[in-house]
Amino acid sequence: MLIRYSLRRLLETIPTLFIISVIVFSLVLLIPGDRVLVMLGYSGGDIADVISKEVYAAMEIRLGVNDPIPLQYARWLGRALQGDLGTSPLHAIPVMDIILARLPATIYLALASIILGTLVAIPLGVAAAVKQNTWVDHLANGVVLFGLVTPGFWVALMLVLLFGVYLGWLPTFGYTAPQDDFVEFLRHITLPTIVLGLDFAANVIRFIRTDFIEQMREDYVRTARAKGLSERLVIWKHIFKNSMLATVTVLGFDISRLMGGSTIIESIFAYPGISFLLLQSIFNRDFATVQGVVIFIALMVVFMNYLADILYALLNPRIRYE
Amino acid sequence: MAILDVQHLTVDFALDDGGTLRAVDDTSFTIDSGEVLGLVGESGSGKSVTALSIMRLLDSQADITAGRILFDGEDLATKSEAEMRTIRGQRISMIFQEPMTSLNPAYTVGDQVSEVFRHHLHMGFGESKQRAIEMFERVKIPRPKDTYGKFPHEFSGGMRQRVMIAIALACGPDLLIADEPTTALDVTIQAQVLSVIQDLQHDMGLALLFISHDLEVVAQMCDKVAVMYGARLMEVGESTSLFTGPRHPYTDGLLRSIPRRGQPLTPIAGTIFDLRSPPDGCRFHPRCPYAEDRCRRETPELRALEPAGDGRLAACHFPLAGVGAKA
Amino acid sequence: MSEAVAVPAPPQLPSSYVAAWRTIRGIIANDRKAQIGAAILAGSIIVAIIGPYIAPHDVEEPNVAIRLTGPTLSNIMGTDHLGRDLFSRIISGLTVSLLVATGAVLIAVVIGVPLGAFAGYQGGWVDTIIMRIMDAIIAMPGRLLAIALVAAVGPSVGALWVAISFSSVPRYARLIRGGVLAQREREYVEAARAIGESSGSTLLRYVLPNAMAPVVVQITLNFPSAITAEASLSFLGLGLVPPTISWGQMLSGAQDYLEVAPWLAIFPGLALTLLIMGFVLLGDALRDHLDPRYHGRRRARKRAAA
Repeated sequence: MLIRYSLRRLLETIPTLFIISVIVFSLVLLIPGDRVLVMLGYSGGDIADVISKEVYAAMEIRLGVNDPIPLQYARWLGRALQGDLGTSPLHAIPVMDIILARLPATIYLALASIILGTLVAIPLGVAAAVKQNTWVDHLANGVVLFGLVTPGFWVALMLVLLFGVYLGWLPTFGYTAPQDDFVEFLRHITLPTIVLGLDFAANVIRFIRTDFIEQMREDYVRTARAKGLSERLVIWKHIFKNSMLATVTVLGFDISRLMGGSTIIESIFAYPGISFLLLQSIFNRDFATVQGVVIFIALMVVFMNYLADILYALLNPRIRYE
Repeated sequence: MAILDVQHLTVDFALDDGGTLRAVDDTSFTIDSGEVLGLVGESGSGKSVTALSIMRLLDSQADITAGRILFDGEDLATKSEAEMRTIRGQRISMIFQEPMTSLNPAYTVGDQVSEVFRHHLHMGFGESKQRAIEMFERVKIPRPKDTYGKFPHEFSGGMRQRVMIAIALACGPDLLIADEPTTALDVTIQAQVLSVIQDLQHDMGLALLFISHDLEVVAQMCDKVAVMYGARLMEVGESTSLFTGPRHPYTDGLLRSIPRRGQPLTPIAGTIFDLRSPPDGCRFHPRCPYAEDRCRRETPELRALEPAGDGRLAACHFPLAGVGAKA
Repeated sequence: MSEAVAVPAPPQLPSSYVAAWRTIRGIIANDRKAQIGAAILAGSIIVAIIGPYIAPHDVEEPNVAIRLTGPTLSNIMGTDHLGRDLFSRIISGLTVSLLVATGAVLIAVVIGVPLGAFAGYQGGWVDTIIMRIMDAIIAMPGRLLAIALVAAVGPSVGALWVAISFSSVPRYARLIRGGVLAQREREYVEAARAIGESSGSTLLRYVLPNAMAPVVVQITLNFPSAITAEASLSFLGLGLVPPTISWGQMLSGAQDYLEVAPWLAIFPGLALTLLIMGFVLLGDALRDHLDPRYHGRRRARKRAAA
């Protein structure tokens, strides 16, 4: 049953993916100038200086700029579906290869932020709900308000100022792969993780707190108390599972926010993930890579949302058999 | 001997606007071991609050401000939360009105029953599962073994209420409180669930506090009846004699408002007062056809009526004659 | 009329625009959070308007003699690498920030509201297609989309407006479509239809007044993300470029002087935070009072007390 549900949900993501691909494809059409030149990374000056006739002709054929737009789109989509996102004129290697090389760094950062955020958010959100109007609740509200009102990139700057400039405890830019030097990896990933993790936590705390307060008023909680269960069991067994079911659904959306926010954070810390790649490519006018990265991240986000849905179905007995 | 002896119970609610509301006022009654007491009254009369007070499961803004709740000789009103937890679900259990929402949707019904065994009797998973399946049999759920692993949403309201009964009776309590257990169910299902409660009450020798606004169901289920109106008890007595010869005008009015063949249906005039500002004197006087000046001034105490010996109590200055009432 | 849609509200007349506004004013009058938020916003708007007249220094005039000095009596927030007064520049940045955000929110409303209404009234495949597109836009990370869009067309105020508003359009479309669907079920609309009222007129007379409260909440909560988006894009060099003054751009420049002039990074960020806080506090308070879930909780408590 779950498999059928998963497949059905997967089919339902197809229209979304289709529309996203149209939007991303259209972005390139918006760039002013000769599209062949744009995709070759050309930005002014004499054409003959930088691009040979052969290269231009090859690109013209690949893009099929003289064909109707829908046909161009279909061709682009067909290649993208086979994992071919074009070639970066700057690096002369397939965009997919560049993305895959940068992907681990982004995944580590996202995972670290989600783990940190969740570790902070769950206990704080639950405690705030259970002990309303106590110092824990005020602390949780403070964290939420802080996360909502402070722009992530400013928090990043302040952390750089504090830990990098004044205290000198942590490196403020760059990256070391975990397999090379795990300690250095942790040192480099700490500051960006704090920024993204706190932002993530703020949303989750708010959601958990509100949901938990509502769950505490449910009849099943009264039943659990009437059984003589300890408050610990009532909260962490009975309410917790119900509240987590609801929370999983928002996690997908929050991960999407996280990916959006990571662009600027990766750039501040010169953290070489795919978001930083996107920015570098924009400044290098490497639009093949820009297009590739955007569609890649969008797909990843849709997939995350899909996973969150499946996870919800897996955990929630009520939806599984529908 | 009375297993439950509620004496002068008074419960106040703190309102958001700073005022208070007395939801239960100076209420006293007893239940003997193996006895069934029906607590009847309109909604808002304080029945459920009385029940939740005994369980000590009142909302945080509610407080037992006076009275004692003697259970097996010990006052529940002064017990600590930890002490209450050893009593709840083990010696006193409760089932609620809403079978659709009273079970936890995220756990199997089997887990929700066996949990009680694990918690109170410290059983392992295997033994508690065995005992839970036995309980499913006792409450007459078909295919008890298959039932164990199913979730609440897979059952109808009647079946869920049986699961609730299984949870409540798992540890063989001395007292069961059933708060409108069948109100939310269809009439046919209602009868089945009532017979399950009745059979188990009899088999286990349970004391049962049966709360309902349905007088016919109460007449059928209960040995003794207590009638509540506006947070106070109006009349208490043996079920059969109380229904045939009510002594309190409110009880009389309640009985007249049940549709019966060959009798005109006469609802009680007026509406229930706002609990925030109860009337002076007898609370029923604004709606009572027999009210006199004294009723407006003096609050009648619940007292034994003549002829002595039949145990009938009523809170009325001018009680009705009983069999073959005035009107 | 369908029994399935439980809508308790009595028929509301066009005067309900006034009523909705009164409700919002009532909330601001009674809620501490809303008051603080409203006060911050009122102050910000006043400063943004009279900014050029109260700024103590010319925002562009360099003064190399006092470059990178910390806060003094004359330059209360210090000076930047050209010796320009930071405080005056922050005031100027406030005007820009509010203008860009207001434009972006306005565009989102002006596109989202009619789109949602159109989808709701048309129904069928038109509705399906429009809402599918809205779903897809919501599924994409908005900030990323904005970056890609501005990167494609090049930085300008217009590009910023479009890029920032793009991802918020679906929120308004969904809200209004929901309102239209609920309203369509209501008896008095049936009656209005019967006497020949157009859907545009029912939209103005019945749907919008009822949807006004959630739209106002949405607008208030849309501002923080629009302000942050503009600052982020400008920070990345994809937004406003000099001579236009933007907080994001100031913060970006501050990175180079973090060690010698930390105030350049601290004050614009504080200004940004304060402005966002104004919207968040007000929006949160409004939502607390207007969100049906809040009323649900109150009811549950009353029931428990009965």
